[in-house]
Parts: sequence; C-alpha cells; structure tokens
Amino acid sequence: MAKVFIYPATSLILSDLVARFNHKPLGAALGIRERIQTAGIDSPPLQITPEEPKRGLKYAAVEVPSGVRGRMAIYGPLIEEAEAAVIVTDADLAFGCMGCARTDELILFSLRQSGIPILELKYPTSDEEGIRFVAAIKKFLTGLPDGGEA
Amino acid sequence: MTKYVFVESPFMTPGELALRAYEVSEGVLIKETCFGLQVTGAPEAVDHLITEIRTFDPNHIFIKDRGFPPGDPRRCRANLGGARPGYLGHEREFRLLRYITRGLEALERGEAVPEAAREKIRGLDIQRLQELIDEES
Repeated sequence: MAKVFIYPATSLILSDLVARFNHKPLGAALGIRERIQTAGIDSPPLQITPEEPKRGLKYAAVEVPSGVRGRMAIYGPLIEEAEAAVIVTDADLAFGCMGCARTDELILFSLRQSGIPILELKYPTSDEEGIRFVAAIKKFLTGLPDGGEA
Repeated sequence: MTKYVFVESPFMTPGELALRAYEVSEGVLIKETCFGLQVTGAPEAVDHLITEIRTFDPNHIFIKDRGFPPGDPRRCRANLGGARPGYLGHEREFRLLRYITRGLEALERGEAVPEAAREKIRGLDIQRLQELIDEES
C-alpha cells in the first residue's frame, strides 16, 4: 500500500478512488484530524497554534505570509510522506483566499520538485471522460509499489 | 476516526443505507445526512464498517476521511449557520460522481477505454501564408 497525496487535498473522488484501489490517500482530513484529536492542544477554531507558522518555515521562507506557512505545516509533512501523487489540474473547487491560493501553488510546486510519480488529470465532463479518468487512475495506482490488483 | 459516506445511487437512498449500516455497525456511531452518512468510531471498527458498506452498492458509494467529528462546535452548521465549509466542494464533486460510476462500471465489465479525441491543430491558412510571403519579399 503506497501513500498517495491527492490534490485537491479535500477531493472526495480522488480520496475514494485511491482507497478503492488499495492505497492510502493523503488529504487535508488526515492533517486536520491529527490536530483536532490530539489532546492538550486547544486553540480554536482549527487547532492551529503559533507553532504552526514556525513549522511551516521548513517549506516556505520567513517573508512568506504566516497563513501560507501555517497551512504548509499541515500539508508539508503529508507531502514528505507521500510516495506518489494524483493531481486534478482544473479543480475549480480548490479556490479560496490568497493564503489558500498561494498554498495550493506551493503544494503543486513541492510535489513536482519532490520527484515522486505524479498523475495529472482533469475532472471528467462526460461518460467517456469518466471511463478514461478511472482507467488512468487505476493504471497509475496499479503501477505503484505494492499496487496489486484492486 | 470519522468518515463520510456519499451515496449517489438509483437503488439506494441515504435512509436505506443508514438502516443497512446499523445492522453491521458494531458500535460505530452513524449519522444520516442528506448525501449519505457520517460514521465515527475506533479506526478498526470504522474500516470494517466501510468495507461492509462498500459491498452494498460498490459503484455508487463513495467514501472519504473527515478531520472533524460530527457535531463539532467548531464546524457544525447548527452552531455556525449556513453551509458548512467544505460542503460546496462536496456539492461540486457530487455532480461528477455519475461519470466516476460509469468509469467504475466500465472497469468492472472490462470495457475498452475510449481514446481521447485529439485536438485538431489548425494549420496556417494558405492565403495567410501567401500574404506573409508577399510581405517578406
């Protein structure tokens, strides 16, 4: 079972398909869950403490806004952990404030720099594209280490 | 651990799914929603339930992780009002699930993958080429 980073990190479709084909999807929920359910941290609303932007310094320079560094404190460790990535390039749902937008750019840059196998796709808009979309993901995931038949 | 279960099926409603899930829940908290379920419990129990749930209608049931537990005051719309953050993303992807279902069905049946239609690259118009030659000469 390989750890596969998904982008958009909140994607239902990618999360389901990666898990369906016997791999572990690495998405935003895992990073958030870790912060929500770890006892002893209490800084509503998202359990982001002043420590997070400091941890984010590993992934972004000090002059980068703290919002980006704070977000990278969640995504950075997941990217480091990832053994492969599936990216949807036309995900119009992955929008947000400048913090989110710049973090998204940094996530994609980090993934492409990391040298791990990456599959880039567009969301399907028809049945035919749906067949190609699922087949491409299945083929990519089957080719990963420990990626036997689903 | 909490997971979302989305059902986009002509054969099963979220209510029916919840009833069937309760039968095999083994202590996992199940919350019925408009799109499916939220299931919360110990990781092993949730994973077991998810494996069972998928078998009900494999190509129409989709599952993803959730960071917050259900009813968390920091996220629950009962406290915040309006749509929960993240709902709009789900709504956007929910509309595409039928294409994914079609892809999964094709995979199951072993159908051939249709080739992508190549984008036609429009060549240089012959008249425009003549004009360019004339301009240069």
